[in-house]
Amino acid sequence: MTRYILHRLLWGVALLILVAALTFVLFRILPTGDPAKLRAGRNASPRVIADIRHNLGLDRPLITQFWLYMKGLFLHFDLGFSYYSGASVRSLIFQRLPATVSLTVGAALLWLAIGLPVGIVSALRRRSRADRASMGTALLLVSAPEYWLALIVLYLFAADIGQVKVFPGAGSYTGVSSDPWKWFSSLLLPWLVLAASFAAVYARLMRASLIETMGEDYIRTARAKGLTERRVVLRHGVRSAINPIMTIFALDVGTLLGGAILIETVFQIPGVGRLSYDAITHADFPIIQGTVLLVALFIVVANIFVDIAYAFVDPRVRYS
Amino acid sequence: MSRRRATLDGEVIRSGPATASGRRQAYVRSGAIRPPQERPQGPPEPVARAGAGPLLQVEDLRVEFPTEDGVVHAVDGISFQVERGGTLGIVGESGSGKTVSALTTMGLTRRDGARISGRILFEGRDLLALPEQEMRRIRGNEIAMVFQDPMSSLHPLYRIGSQLVEAVRAHQRLSRAKARARAVELLGLVGIPDPSRRMDDYPHQFSGGMRQRAMIAMALVNDPRLLIADEPTTALDVTVQAQILELLRRLQSELCMAIVIVTHDLGVVAEMAEHVAVMYAGRIVETAPAELLFSGPEHPYTWGLLRSIPTLEGPRLEELAPIPGSPPSLIRRPAGCHFHPRCPYAEPDHARVDPALEPVPADPRHRVACLLGVEARRRIWSGLRAGRALEAAGAASGPHARTT
Repeated sequence: MTRYILHRLLWGVALLILVAALTFVLFRILPTGDPAKLRAGRNASPRVIADIRHNLGLDRPLITQFWLYMKGLFLHFDLGFSYYSGASVRSLIFQRLPATVSLTVGAALLWLAIGLPVGIVSALRRRSRADRASMGTALLLVSAPEYWLALIVLYLFAADIGQVKVFPGAGSYTGVSSDPWKWFSSLLLPWLVLAASFAAVYARLMRASLIETMGEDYIRTARAKGLTERRVVLRHGVRSAINPIMTIFALDVGTLLGGAILIETVFQIPGVGRLSYDAITHADFPIIQGTVLLVALFIVVANIFVDIAYAFVDPRVRYS
Repeated sequence: MSRRRATLDGEVIRSGPATASGRRQAYVRSGAIRPPQERPQGPPEPVARAGAGPLLQVEDLRVEFPTEDGVVHAVDGISFQVERGGTLGIVGESGSGKTVSALTTMGLTRRDGARISGRILFEGRDLLALPEQEMRRIRGNEIAMVFQDPMSSLHPLYRIGSQLVEAVRAHQRLSRAKARARAVELLGLVGIPDPSRRMDDYPHQFSGGMRQRAMIAMALVNDPRLLIADEPTTALDVTVQAQILELLRRLQSELCMAIVIVTHDLGVVAEMAEHVAVMYAGRIVETAPAELLFSGPEHPYTWGLLRSIPTLEGPRLEELAPIPGSPPSLIRRPAGCHFHPRCPYAEPDHARVDPALEPVPADPRHRVACLLGVEARRRIWSGLRAGRALEAAGAASGPHARTT
């Protein structure tokens, strides 16, 4: 088991190096705009641009730039400095992480709390009205683009522009340490919008998985023992049906921790997603690289976590 | 597969301890077809046992499943009864309605949208009239069930022990420790070595035979009066099959419980059952005490089943006689006698007249649903048997050479 985990971790590191290399090359090969020109402003003389280019190290050969970047990254966890503001990318990301984590964790709890029960009820009352209604709604929510949903929700409920002014609207995010209540209320709408599509997906997954599980022979055995239907469903059915969902959940959370770009942009939440969005508009390579690496890191970690967790939730899984 | 099975059955029985079913061993040895030496003569032996009336009495049970393609008539008006401590074998091909009958007795077809009618009297109570709450108290407690595939029937994510303890505590208010002690006791009873340690194993750590033993232990933790075993040996290795049957026989005599054994395997029936019901297309087509059924089967379908079993002592070259065709659709069953399209002796009007299950003149305990005349049936069967006996006689000249 320990050997297996070490093995997985090593592969994870290798994967991250590969991602770092790919992003580095990609953003320098693709014509996304010259950061020196963007930084120099309008009508800058070629000389100024050349100076900036030199200061940013962009005049060195690509391979040297790559080597320096990788060295800084793996020896000092140094992600470089923003071309635009000159701030350390690492500290920028750390500043932005709390907002993204708040958004992700809150939304994840919400979508589990809604999606799983709805899925269970739908599975048990297949083809009932409740099932049809919830699966119809789910289809709607999955299809609705989240930025559109976000705008609708803001239009309806935001304290500033809403028809019914109940929740704080865009740009109201406050850190949890400065004012927990404001933090909570400002995130309510973003949580709801982000959780909506995920809850829909999870309800459908749970429904499908539980329907399959309830047809298993061991469910018949559980009933034949004379257990209450509640116990049959929860202890025997859901316990098995939830395993595949756990995998998807870990990956979803991993991805979101790398920044929910659309939601953070519409609600103006200063999270990692917003950071990447701004960096892309400014062709701020170091930040883009940093945030892409962050996403990759979270996904790799989530994957390893899932594999290890599987050994605990399913006794048949053994790693060697 | 069946040739090997029958051989092993015979050997295991021969080497096993002498049991009350000694006379039935004769059928197995002779390939379940030769009439017994000690054929019961005179009046039928009384079936009186402790308690009044049969333990289980099924009357005109019908189970239908409405589907998009039409109504599936899974069980079509069957009646049978099981005495206290007795054993009934229900035999038939897949899709003959035997498993549905068993599941309905357990109240497990209710939630599948089945339309059920008739009566299932268990100790005088009609199980079909009981609300789900009360049926649940009977299920796993007074009537327990063992299923075909022990791998898929045990929950893969829970330890064997916790699954047994759960079964105990579903019906008895016992502390965890006491329920565990009971579970260990049962695992020991079904022959699992070092039971208290094996309690903490998961099903995948058990072999197929051990899993079925664990399933049987789980079914028996609450001392049921009736055990329904649905193809309990079908998913197992042949050597293990014989052990499981031996185990069931031993437990039956120790615990004094009745068994309904559902199977497609006449070898299993010959070993286990005192009374047999042969099912075809949702109906019972022949029913009799085991010795009568094996010595003088009356229904062409039963003949077919018997003739498709290889004989133990017959020549190896002998061709088996499978029943041609396959069981009919239970949505659109053949008119008249449901078996007529596959019956080699069918006459034109058999496609119109639906035979009722009626007593055979020789013995009222033996009933058959067949349109052939009594004389015609006797003639055909003695013909079939003569052909078979001739072949068996040739091999019987040196039978003791292969007893070891």
